[in-house]
Formats: sequence, structure tokens, C-alpha cells
Amino acid sequence: MRAYMDLVQAANQQKKKIGRVVLQEQVSELEKTAEELFERMRANLRVMYQAVETGLKKKEHSLSGLSGGDAAKVEQRRLGGQSLVGDRLSGAIARALAVAEVNAGMGKIVAAPTAGSCGVLPGVLLTVQESGNYPEEEVVLALFTAAGLGMAVAERATLAGAEGGCQAEIGSAAAMAAAAAVELAGGTPEETAHAAAITMKSFLGLVCDPVAGLVEVPCIKRNATAAVLALTGAEMALAGVKSAIPLDEVIDTMALIGRQLPCSLRETAQGGLAATPTARKIQLTLS
Amino acid sequence: MARINVFDILGPVMVGPSSSHTAGAVRLGLMARKILGDEPREAKIILHGSFAETGKGHGTDLALVAGLLGMLPDDERIPQAMDVAAAKGLKTAFSAGDLGDVHPNSVRFDLKGAAGYEVTVLGSSIGGGQIEIRGIDEFPVMLRGDYPTLVLLHQDLPGVVAQVTAILAAAQINIAEMRVSREKKGTVALTVVEMDQNIDPAVMALLGKMPVLKRAMTVDPLV
Repeated sequence: MRAYMDLVQAANQQKKKIGRVVLQEQVSELEKTAEELFERMRANLRVMYQAVETGLKKKEHSLSGLSGGDAAKVEQRRLGGQSLVGDRLSGAIARALAVAEVNAGMGKIVAAPTAGSCGVLPGVLLTVQESGNYPEEEVVLALFTAAGLGMAVAERATLAGAEGGCQAEIGSAAAMAAAAAVELAGGTPEETAHAAAITMKSFLGLVCDPVAGLVEVPCIKRNATAAVLALTGAEMALAGVKSAIPLDEVIDTMALIGRQLPCSLRETAQGGLAATPTARKIQLTLS
Repeated sequence: MARINVFDILGPVMVGPSSSHTAGAVRLGLMARKILGDEPREAKIILHGSFAETGKGHGTDLALVAGLLGMLPDDERIPQAMDVAAAKGLKTAFSAGDLGDVHPNSVRFDLKGAAGYEVTVLGSSIGGGQIEIRGIDEFPVMLRGDYPTLVLLHQDLPGVVAQVTAILAAAQINIAEMRVSREKKGTVALTVVEMDQNIDPAVMALLGKMPVLKRAMTVDPLV
């Protein structure tokens, strides 16, 4: 079974970034050249960034009418210099919302790792990229770092809300974004693991309770809060803060908690927020 | 199943909102189109379980029709699939129904093609955009769209399987999996062959010469 710490060890031994180790491993696994894989990942990054751009301008609502236009509100306030939390965090919030709104409106996105959690990585990575003026190639490499962690989560636990609750989707996306952010910002392989562990711990137990079964409420706004938590985890790890529980054990814990969640809290829209009187009313108006 | 890779984690590139209810639905439509082997003109579409309950908000209806029209999950025309269908002369009719003991995200297509062929395809979207075709006409099957696949409808007579495998062997085509099912002894049978290599038109022509054969369709793997 994959362990993220194996990647950390390999990166240290080879004195390479984790993203580079993952890319190299995939070259032999997929029997493609490093260039081919790199370019395919670059294409993914460009779809992500295009979705940010589209979503920030978007005023239309989703098919259900439940969502739309919130990214533009946050962005407007940021551009007006009124942000409470500062330009960078506010940017991450607006961008994560933007991509999640594009998804809800049947626009083009990259599932990262799922469609419901597609806003976290673009929101975090674009923000970190701007902060350090990093070239696109570095960001593409950071996506390989994120995917390396995602593969470990997929094998040790799950990435599906129907199996593990929201912690498996948004929690995994945030952990992946935190690790990628640290690597992009020049952190060590160990620091990527601490960032991911610190972040994922903040999502343990989070249930999947989509109103009317749609990927909108609370999913879209959770993309934004998850982007901020990912940056929080990255900030701590880059400062040398360590997670007391190692990342792979945190991932295993997520899997265990997922199995303990009742079915009503795993994407069935039967419990949690989906069972509130307001959600029931919304469901009636949609059917 | 191949080991999970980076593009399973960061991907697919798709039109939202749901990998199972939207991207998977497009792929189901696409597989049904490939199995029909023709430009579809009429489609009766029966939605089961969660597809029927939450399909509207996920654009499942649009996604299924988009697939029938040959679009891929990242095609930005998916939201306009109904207009494209009208322009291309595809008539669609949707209903909700109980398809029995199947996955909650399931659909049945009753298709009629431009050349007059008809086929019924039953499929399920099993998560993350992955799909399974579970029925073709009255025959139970299991197709995931991972391999180039040959679908043969033929009389249930001795030696048919041997003839098919002999033709494939002569063409240096390796069989990954093969399944034969039939209604009842001596009537019509369906043979599904998943292969490691693509089958070329010359080999299809050879298969077409088999007197017992009613129809032969090739289904290329989904991307």
C-alpha cells in the first residue's frame, strides 16, 4: 500500500522535490515520457485557471438556482480594497468559490480529486503562485505533489463522499492543496507532509450532507473555507510547526472515521444539513 | 483494473457538476451510441434511482443526450445538448422507472438508429465517472469501456465461438475477456469479446461473412 512517507523518503534520498519523484514514478507506471505526462498535467492546470477566470465573472445561477454569483461578490470586495483578511486569503476564497460555482453551472473543471471539491487546489495554487511569482512549470510540478498525496489517500482510505463523507473529498483536497502549496513555496518534503496532516486533521469527521443531493449546498462554500484551512496548514508547516500524528496515520484515521459514519451522512441527502426543514423545502421546490 | 494514477486523482477534465451524475452519464450515452453503431434518431431513456431523483439538478438528462450525440465529458456544449439533439434530428423521451436490482445510478436506453437498427442498453454510473454497461437487449453483460470490444449477435449453434476466436487469432488479436450469453438453447446468443488490440475493418469483414452472424459491432474504449 502506498504511504506518503515513502515519497518523502525517496525525495530526500534523491534530493528532489516530491512532485519530481511522483512524475518519475508515473513515467514507468504509465509507460509515457515525462514530457507527455508533464504537458497533460499542464493542460489540467490551464483548465483550472480558466475556470477561475470564468467563475469570477459569472453572475448566472446553477440549474437548481441554489448557487451562483458569490465568487464575484467576494472578488469585488477584495478589488475594492475592503477585504477583512487581506488580499491573499480573500483571493483564495474568491477563486475556490469561482471554480466550484463553474462546476455547479455545468462549466468545465478538473475533478481534484472530485468535482465537488474542484475549487480548493486552483484557489490555493493560483494564490501561492502569485505570492512568489513562480513560473507555471513549478505549479505543474506541485500538482504532481498533490496527486502523489491523493494516490496515497485513495489507496489507504477513500476520496468518495459516498464512502467516507466530506472529509474524504474536501478534506483530501485541502490536504493535497496544503502539501502542494508548501512544495511550491520552497518547503521541504517533510514540511509538505506536516502541512497535509495538520490540514486533514481539521476535517476529520466532516459529513457529506448535500441539500437535495446536489453538489451545491454546502459544497461550494466548503471549497472556500477549505482553501483557507489549506493555506493555514501550509503556513504553519513552513514555519516549522509539526503535526504530532504522522500524515499516513491521519489518513488511516480518516478511513476509519469514514467507515463509522452512518449511511445518512454519506452523500445520501438523508441526514445533516440535507435533513433540515429548509433543505426539505428546497427539495420539494426542485422535484 | 490498472493501478491508480495521477490523472485519476487530478481528473477527469469534465463539465460539472457531478462525476457520477454528469461525467458518468455522458460516458453512458457515449457507450450506448457505440453499441448502437449508428447515428441515433430516437431515444427512449428510463432513469432509475438517484438518476431519477437528483438527475435534473445534475443535468443528467443533458449529459446522457450529449453522450448519445457523441460528445465527451469535457464538451462545453453539454448544457445545450437538447438543442444540438433537435438540430441533429434526435428525438428523446425521458421517464422515471424501476429497472430492478441495479446500481442506484442507472439508465436504460431504447435506441433507434438512422439505418433502422434498434438496441436496448442498460448501464450504471458507479462513481468517479466510471461506468458499467450491464445489459444489451435482453442479454446481461459487463462492459467498462476499458478495452476495444466486439459485440456479436448470432445464432446459438456449435462452433461459433471457435470460428470467432480463430479469426481473431489469425489477426494476432489477443482476447482479454470473452463472454457468451443466450436467451435459451439454440436461439439467439450474444458474444462480447474484450481485446488488447483494436480490430481493423478487414477482420470485421471476415467476421461479417459468418452465416450465423446477425450483427457485429465494435465498441472502442472510452477515453
